[in-house]
Amino acid sequence: MNPAMRYLVIVGDASEAAFVYTGGLAQLFYRSVLALFASPLKRGRSLERAIHQAKLGGVGAVPIISLIAFFIGVILALQGAYELRTLGAMQLVASLVAISVTRELGPLITAIVVIGRSGSAFAAEIATMRVTEELDALETMALNPVTFLVAPKFLAMALMLPCLVIWADLMGVLGGSFFGVLGANFTFASYMTATRDALVLRDVMTGLVKSIVFGLVITAVGCQEGFSTGPGAEEVGKSTTRAVVISIFVVVVVDLVFTALFYATQGAA
Amino acid sequence: MTDAPAISARALRVQFGEREVLHGVDLDIYRGETVVILGGSGSGKSTLLRTMVGLEKPHSGEVRIGGVDLATASEREMDSVRRRIGLAFQGGALIGSLTVGENISLPLLEHTGLNPSTIDVMVRIKLEQVGLSGFEHYMPSQLSGGMKKRAAFARALSMDPEILFFDEPSAGLDPIMAAGIDNLILNLKEAYSMTMVVVTHELASAFLIADRIVVLDRGSIVAVGPAKELRESTHPRVRQFLDRVPDSDSDDEVDHLRLFTEGA
Repeated sequence: MNPAMRYLVIVGDASEAAFVYTGGLAQLFYRSVLALFASPLKRGRSLERAIHQAKLGGVGAVPIISLIAFFIGVILALQGAYELRTLGAMQLVASLVAISVTRELGPLITAIVVIGRSGSAFAAEIATMRVTEELDALETMALNPVTFLVAPKFLAMALMLPCLVIWADLMGVLGGSFFGVLGANFTFASYMTATRDALVLRDVMTGLVKSIVFGLVITAVGCQEGFSTGPGAEEVGKSTTRAVVISIFVVVVVDLVFTALFYATQGAA
Repeated sequence: MTDAPAISARALRVQFGEREVLHGVDLDIYRGETVVILGGSGSGKSTLLRTMVGLEKPHSGEVRIGGVDLATASEREMDSVRRRIGLAFQGGALIGSLTVGENISLPLLEHTGLNPSTIDVMVRIKLEQVGLSGFEHYMPSQLSGGMKKRAAFARALSMDPEILFFDEPSAGLDPIMAAGIDNLILNLKEAYSMTMVVVTHELASAFLIADRIVVLDRGSIVAVGPAKELRESTHPRVRQFLDRVPDSDSDDEVDHLRLFTEGA
């Protein structure tokens, strides 16, 4: 086989693997949706579990997301001011922060924190259950692991991510206002007015739409990595790491695709 | 014992990748009897158990539980079979995020419309049966190995199954605890006349609890019979196992030849 052919084979194999992987994620999602529309008894129990997951993965993430988003807001304002000052356009700091946080950084930072907290936990939980035969035990009790474990997680994440993103948006803007008030001659009220004038509903909405998809991706990758773990404790660790790395990558890809779509449908960035 | 077997395996072959683990197993287990599957490490006894409960798919041949062929059964049929069986795993396999009580009530909550107070009572009864009264609020990680096994028994019993499977019920336990587990199985046998399939390599416990013993060696059944009959067996591998004689190289060769001629 000549070198060019060999590269072609490598690319082909990798593409196939990527398609198979994405197919697996989609199948997990599809089976979870079916499970959520199953019998009312099961749906009720799934809801209970989803609320439990939402508390763990959503409410528990509020403090750290608040802190990170606030700092990101301050950093954005500082970085923006550095350039805007030379143009004598310091009043634009508020809109710079507002638009970058709501459209991009709020959802992205939230997704990355949630990957670190929940995506990894999903992978570790399911992988451990595979190793300790708990998944087999569920199956022998006629409980489908997807219905029991995955469907509630999808539901919880699809609901919690947008909520967390709204919160992160607010904290980011507050971070920006911290700099605005101390370093850019804004009052808190004038900063907030400037922020409100800079934003249109679409800015926030695109961020929220993306965040729902991020939530689904994080759940799907975390659970898939958990299910496909090998025997032994070190495999659990490997699955967890893979879940985090792959989730971050897929979230960025999804972000790119959606941002491009929003750009194409609106015409303006 | 009645006419139709509760479990029947015919020419059952299971393989992992290229390696065949079970080489054509034929076995009937009748209602109400306790069958012990005895075999050394790597004999395929755990695989046989996992195949009988539908966790492994046969490569060829069939396993039937109550007439349903597990290899071709639909998800729905499989579920109805699973609701009629209970399996106590070797390490317990209790769901780590749920308390002992929640583990036992899980199948009841999911599969029956019983109200919570009834389920509570049932959980307490099951725990009492396995000698774990008062432990419903403990997490599995707070229990010792033997207690985990007992809790797993209670969970396997929770749906009042027709067939109960045990995977190595006394492995890794001290002799007193192991005797306690044997007693528990004997009590269940007396109280419910359930069909029970026990996989083990503990000789003493096998002879104590079994109606019939199946000796599995390197993926094939080498002897089946009542405990008493088996004790007097002259089959070389059975004798070796019962007399605890280590493998010698020449034995290995003979047995391999036998596997080729009989097992293939």
